[in-house]
Amino acid sequence: MPEPRARERILARLRAAPRDIPPRPETAALPAAAPAPEAAAALEAALTAMRAEVHRLPRGRWAEELRERLSGRGLSELIYRPGAPWAPEIEKAWAQAAEAAPRLLAWEGDIEGFRERLFSAAAGITAAAAAAADPGVLLLRPGPEEPRLLSLVPPAHVVLVPAERIHPTLEDALAAGSFAPPLPANLVLVSGPSKTADIELTLAFGVHGPRELLVFILE
Amino acid sequence: MTAAPPKPARVQLFATCLGEALFPETALAAVELIEREGVAVVFPPGQTCCGQPAYNAGFPEEAREAARRQMAALAGDLPVVVPSASCAGMMKHHYPRLFTDPAERKAAEQLAGRVVEWSEFLVRVLGVRLRDAGPPLKVTWHSSCHALREMGVVPFAKALLAGLERVELVPLSRETECCGFGGIFSVKHPALSGAMAADKLADIQATGAERVIAGDCGCLLHLQGAIEARGLALRAQHLADFLRERTHGG
Amino acid sequence: MADSGFEARIEQALEDEALRRNFASALGAFAARRRSVFADADALERLRTQAAAIRDRALARLPELLEELESRLTANGIRVHWAETAAVGNRLVLEILEAHGVRRVVKGKSMVSEEMHLNAFLARHGIETVETDLGEFIIQLAGETPSHIIVPAVHKNRAQIAKLFREKIPGAPYTEEVTELNAIARHTLREQFREAGAGLSGVNFAVAETGTLCLVENEGNGRMCTGVPPLHIAVMGIEKVIERLEDLPPLLRLLTGSATGQRVTTYVNLISGPRRGGEPDGPREVHLVLLDNGRSAVFADPERRATLRCIRCGCCLNHCPVYARIGGHAYGTTYPGPIGKVLTPQLLGIDRAGELPFASTLCGACEEVCPVKIPLAQLLRRLRAEAVRGPAAEGKSRAAPGAAPLERLAWRAWGQAVKRPGVYRALLAGGRWLGGLLPPVGPLERWLRAHAEPRFSQRNLRRLLRKKGIPDA
Repeated sequence: MPEPRARERILARLRAAPRDIPPRPETAALPAAAPAPEAAAALEAALTAMRAEVHRLPRGRWAEELRERLSGRGLSELIYRPGAPWAPEIEKAWAQAAEAAPRLLAWEGDIEGFRERLFSAAAGITAAAAAAADPGVLLLRPGPEEPRLLSLVPPAHVVLVPAERIHPTLEDALAAGSFAPPLPANLVLVSGPSKTADIELTLAFGVHGPRELLVFILE
Repeated sequence: MTAAPPKPARVQLFATCLGEALFPETALAAVELIEREGVAVVFPPGQTCCGQPAYNAGFPEEAREAARRQMAALAGDLPVVVPSASCAGMMKHHYPRLFTDPAERKAAEQLAGRVVEWSEFLVRVLGVRLRDAGPPLKVTWHSSCHALREMGVVPFAKALLAGLERVELVPLSRETECCGFGGIFSVKHPALSGAMAADKLADIQATGAERVIAGDCGCLLHLQGAIEARGLALRAQHLADFLRERTHGG
Repeated sequence: MADSGFEARIEQALEDEALRRNFASALGAFAARRRSVFADADALERLRTQAAAIRDRALARLPELLEELESRLTANGIRVHWAETAAVGNRLVLEILEAHGVRRVVKGKSMVSEEMHLNAFLARHGIETVETDLGEFIIQLAGETPSHIIVPAVHKNRAQIAKLFREKIPGAPYTEEVTELNAIARHTLREQFREAGAGLSGVNFAVAETGTLCLVENEGNGRMCTGVPPLHIAVMGIEKVIERLEDLPPLLRLLTGSATGQRVTTYVNLISGPRRGGEPDGPREVHLVLLDNGRSAVFADPERRATLRCIRCGCCLNHCPVYARIGGHAYGTTYPGPIGKVLTPQLLGIDRAGELPFASTLCGACEEVCPVKIPLAQLLRRLRAEAVRGPAAEGKSRAAPGAAPLERLAWRAWGQAVKRPGVYRALLAGGRWLGGLLPPVGPLERWLRAHAEPRFSQRNLRRLLRKKGIPDA
């Protein structure tokens, strides 16, 4: 049986050791990051370098544009969560769907009842809570409106990034998000499609997560 | 880089144990190049070995004894010039940490502060200008790990080589990689040490140079031993010997 | 020390040309990528200084941070367990799995679980563990252990992997195309993710302030393991805790840059709890097993404690001339390379792994690149001294000294000679007289395996100097 006193014994051993507690370290100055106005371009460059596909959409009619850009790519369906704040706009845009556009499929209920459909779907769509030009990451904040597996299981992940949420650095993005406890159950930084180099360091994409990361910056 | 220290009238030479037992010519060449610049050299007779072999073999008590001896032998205020970066590194960086007794520690620090690696002394303190008297020659350079990482003196050695007009320096493709000596390592792991030497020698041969110059007697012992065991047409030479040869009128 | 077969494994590895080629090319590529991602040397130095300070401070406050972490995690709904040994850690994991009736688990890459030999333990209790990181998947199929802490299958080339897949995966065709090999793995593992009763993972960093487990990866298998099954069990060494969320970005930059030369990995997964109200997915339960397994003993000594700064980037392996030539398996331990030579003797005991610290030239290449500035060379020297002394110092009964009696005697004699200049000079004279006529036994015999015979110079330096007018003073 596990020993109930393990915790106390471990902590006691650690406390018994001589300790000098140094002050909190100073933050090291990073090499100059792109200032905020250029952050979107820098983010685009970084994500593109990581083999993500980056598009820019005009804020006014982004959902229609999105539908156009996703058409003709052979994506059979696009899964979304109806509760997402931007969901009504894509529902509206898809109502006048072109034939080549992926079918819009709502994730209803819990994963337990949706698992089979999710694992056979072509694409999922979420928004990014924030983004950082350096080192080129999107910060996803899964929750009731954006299940965590929506950005992971389908072979294509479509992400909406409002331009004003792009920060020069990850440090800035975390600070701006004021992530004090309690944090959301899950936060994910994403920098590109899933990849591996475990075989002869040869880069290959889509090993477990999405093969395609389609980023749409809303300007 | 701090400002160059003033040129002293005299210095102490620490010849190192390998220098005394196997490479006395190297120590003589090192002395000659210093004296040429009008600086007198003294050889404190009580010196033996810096203690690094024991220190790295897991015998710090024996290393401490060796350090005490050198601290006594090299007492005074003169700079201590060492023609081997690893021995210099031992005295400069490791002597102070061998002692807990405040007086001994202070003495170790005092000596550490006076230790200068030979090529650094030539360049920074003496500001030597060499006159190349030899025929055109292609050589390559091996950076010993202690020269490179612990002492940071490789730029000085290279500056000296660059001062030789008819010497072409061809860099190794893996210049910063260890040659595989490692003192006790070479006898505890002869197969590995030999494999590393073989790779280093192949790299040297690929430069087309027939001579490899280095500033550390340990690497030279190892490389020359591996060269001879293989019967290669190569030669490993200490920088001091090489500079003496190139600048010698007769 | 008893013969552990280390020397034999080294010689075997050195004879394996394919192995040396596989390692040399991979490690060279990693080193080059690292140089390009850290092109600004001053910025790198500042970042390393900061990261070392972050880790040092976290370790200095380790007991407090572990308590803070535990209380935050608990508040977040993550259950925390403590294990003093690997055996207890294994039992804890097993009990959680058995309580949920789980027979098959999917697992993300975790070195601490390798240290625990968790997979074998679970297998003995009827639970199948499926490794899902591609490299780990490959070596699990081959029945091997990781040869590198970041790229576990780096010792295998594509032809070897193609053959392995063809033999071990039902229906898999023979292909040496990397994309096709990846597709085979993806297809095989997708089903496992969907059906597994639990996911196991390691932890790269745990943030005390927020009660967050941070997992860094490129493939997405880690997110699958921690996101799809209803139960997630994470295991981590107690040293992995950091103080604040703001400490994370600099450590992440150094970890990924040092490990694979990436600015950032594809995914950084921050887990602060199980599925919460309203969430449609995520595990129903999350457990964390905090493992000591010798770490608190490392912690007890302030000099050794620096070992625990390690963030397991593998950069010291990538830059080690010894590791590059023999690969990870020759070490015969969970953690290979420079950090392995320092950590293993401290975790297993100097009597069991005392030969490892000697398998280094002390060239310092590891220390030069270590992102958290662990004084690896100095720790190797210290452990060599401990190996020579033997484990007696640990308060155990007088154990046999670690060094061979002859070696000890030789160094004692050496110590006597170097402190007596008269004796020393007499020995030098003896050497000159003998020249190269020393008997080829002991260390000289070993030296002669790779070198020609060293010859004492016939010239007397002191006499030569006197002749030149160099005074003895």
